[in-house]
Order: sequence, then C-alpha cells, then structure tokens
Amino acid sequence: MTDSALRELADDPSSRKRFFKMLGGAGAVSAATVVLAACGNDDDKAEATPPAGSDVKDNNNSDLKVLNYALTLEFLEADFYKQVIASGLVKDAKVASIAKKFGQSEQEHVDALIATIKKLGGKPVDAPKTKFQPTLDKGLKAVLETAATVENLGAAAYLGQAGNIKSKEVLAAALAIHSVEARHAAALNILVGRGFGDGKGGLEGALPDGAFAKPMSEAAVLKAVKPFLA
Amino acid sequence: MASSRLVAPELATIKVQGMTRESFLMRSTLAAGAAYGAMSATGLISSALADAGGGDVDILNYALTLEFLETEFYTQAAKRVKGLSKYESDLTKELRDNEGAHVDALTATIKQLGGKPVAKPMFQFGGAFASRTAYFKTANVLEDTGVSAYNGAAPMIKSVDVLAAAGSIVQVEARHAAMIRLVRDRPPAPLGFDKASGMDEILAAVKPFIKG
Repeated sequence: MTDSALRELADDPSSRKRFFKMLGGAGAVSAATVVLAACGNDDDKAEATPPAGSDVKDNNNSDLKVLNYALTLEFLEADFYKQVIASGLVKDAKVASIAKKFGQSEQEHVDALIATIKKLGGKPVDAPKTKFQPTLDKGLKAVLETAATVENLGAAAYLGQAGNIKSKEVLAAALAIHSVEARHAAALNILVGRGFGDGKGGLEGALPDGAFAKPMSEAAVLKAVKPFLA
Repeated sequence: MASSRLVAPELATIKVQGMTRESFLMRSTLAAGAAYGAMSATGLISSALADAGGGDVDILNYALTLEFLETEFYTQAAKRVKGLSKYESDLTKELRDNEGAHVDALTATIKQLGGKPVAKPMFQFGGAFASRTAYFKTANVLEDTGVSAYNGAAPMIKSVDVLAAAGSIVQVEARHAAMIRLVRDRPPAPLGFDKASGMDEILAAVKPFIKG
C-alpha cells in the first residue's frame, strides 16, 4: 500500500466514530455501544414494551433471528481472516494490509451485532466451530479465492435479509454492513484475478450478477458455508 | 403488493415475500413509537426521514438523478480519458453499462408505481477527464457518494420490492467503489460500516456536476 493510501486510511474517520455519528448517539465509545444507541431503547423505556404477542415483540423476535444469522456469518469471516493472518501465508504488503483491515471490519461487525442482539433482549449465538485448515493447507491462492467467495456470499446473505428486517434502525445498520461486505467481495475477486465475473450469477467475480446483485436465502447461504463448519 | 410489483426485467429475479414494507412499517412505527419514543429516530436517520418524506417515488427519482450522473460520467470518460490500461478501459465500460442499466430499471420502476421519472439533468464535469488520475479521483467520489446515498435513503423505503431493488443496486455501487479505489491504490473498504448520508448532503456533493 502506498503512503497516500495509508494517509487516506488515517484521515478517514474511524468506523466507530462514523457509525456513532450516523446513528446520532452521544458519548458512545465503541461500535457496540453505538448500535445500542441505534436501537433507541434503554431500560426504562423497555418497560413500556407491550406484552408478548404484540407487533413490537414479534418484530423484535424476527429481527433477532436475522441478527443472529448475520452474527454466525460474521463470526465465520472474522475467524477466517484471523487464521489467514496468523498463518503467515500473506507476504505481499498490500494484500496483507487489505486482509488485516477486512478482518478488523468483520470483528467490528461481530461486536456490533452482539451488542445489538443483547440490546433487543436476545441471546447472541455462540461462535461456530470453524474448519479452515484444509483451505489454509492449499496455500495463498486458495485462501484468497475462498475469501473472495465467502465475501460474495456474505453480501448476498445480507441482501437476502433486507426485506425481512422490521426495525428501520436495524435495517440501517445491516445496510451499513452489507455494502462493506460488497466492497470486500469486489476487491478480493479482483485481487485473485477473477475479473468482473460472467454477470450471470454464482459466487465468483467482482460483479458476479452484473448490474443487479442477487440475494441468497438463508438456507442456500448456510449450505454454502457448511464446508467451513467443523 | 401487486401495486408495487416491479416490471424491470433485470429485477425480476429479486423475490420478496410477505407483506409490503408499508404495512409493517406503519404497524411497527405506531407500536414502536409508544415503546421507544422519539429516541429511535435520531441523527442521520431522522434527517434522512425528513428529507425523504415524499415516498418511494421521490426516493427513486433521487436515485435516478444520481444514476443519470454516473452514467453520463462514465459515458464521457470512455470517450475522453487518455492513457487508460486495458483493464481500466474495460472497467470504465462495465461501470457505464451497469449505471445505464440502473437508469433503465429505476425509470421503469417509477413508471410502474405511477410516478413520473425526473428528466436527465445537464451535467458538467470540469477537468475530470483531463487525466487518468483526475478521472479516477472523481469516480471514487461519485461511487462512495452513491453508496452513502442509497444507504441513507433505503431505510425510508416503504415497499419491500423497492427496498430489494435499492439493495441490489447499492451492492453494485459498493463493488464499483471498491474497484475504483483499488485502481487508485486506495483502501477498497476503508470503513467497517459504510456511511449513510441524507439527501441534502448528497445533493450538495453532486451539485458541482449539475448545470444551472
């Protein structure tokens, strides 16, 4: 990465600050707290929540399901980048810097989703046991190709859930993550030399669906990530 | 639901089930309003809400204006920018075609919803095509702006179909932004959470490109 690139990175307001500002909280110190602010619900106000069976409760529960599904995928991604960086496979400074940054962002997504789930009164799922060693054993090319595929999957997964999210604040948070997954996906697909893709679908290429990204259902996504689960 | 079904063939693959976004937003807003009070709509979200009070057609016309801008930008770039590599030239044409497809889809969607698509504005790009560097710098701004515009407006969309379309497009804008940033040797995804911008901020950002 060039000096100017590093400078731009440094000049960019941190994600946390940005997210915090976006959601209009005050005094939040972490992305996690920020999403709490987004959910706009403190303990006092929670007492005003209508009893079970109400629309609010239903919407809440359905958003919690989406959030826990997203959390599972983010756990998987964050763990993959951690293992990739720890493996020492990535020697190129530019690629290493990108992988590190992407991994950090996935961890921020994990933290923010956990905090949001807790704030909504839900229980965050545990991190899944992952199985990336076979991929790591295949070397750098396979690792980056897998990362490119998994990010395409992540972007399609978020897109598949947008219409299911009931709370505008949760939707705004999901969208802020969705486009970051898309950026990761495009960058990695270019870095591994896949080009734009055929535009006809699938999980390979920077623009695998052409001008209109396609969503994936939860069932299809979970099937696709199965090889990475222990 | 039927009234908001999209006709654009490119969007036919995007399936949305269940009730319209309008119906559940109304329910959840009424119910959540009591539970959460005004606290839930703070900061950007409230400003975007205020901006986009006019409904889905207004949001779509806002998006259409941005897509017109991007399409014209890449159409001119493909003809005028010198010194692009083969990949950069291919990328420029791909972006031009993608943005053009967005224009067509948004126009069709607005008509389907009974709205009137805005006319294409007259654009000016100053010295943006004078060099490869200037071109990609402006492209970077336009794509990042596009992402934050869609992310800011999408939560205000009432129809789940329109939301699905906007989501489908913003994902592609984000991919464009990352590709342009890579060409510039900039971090493709500098933030963990992409920005969401209100309409006022976006219109101020693109104003220099609009004549008159």
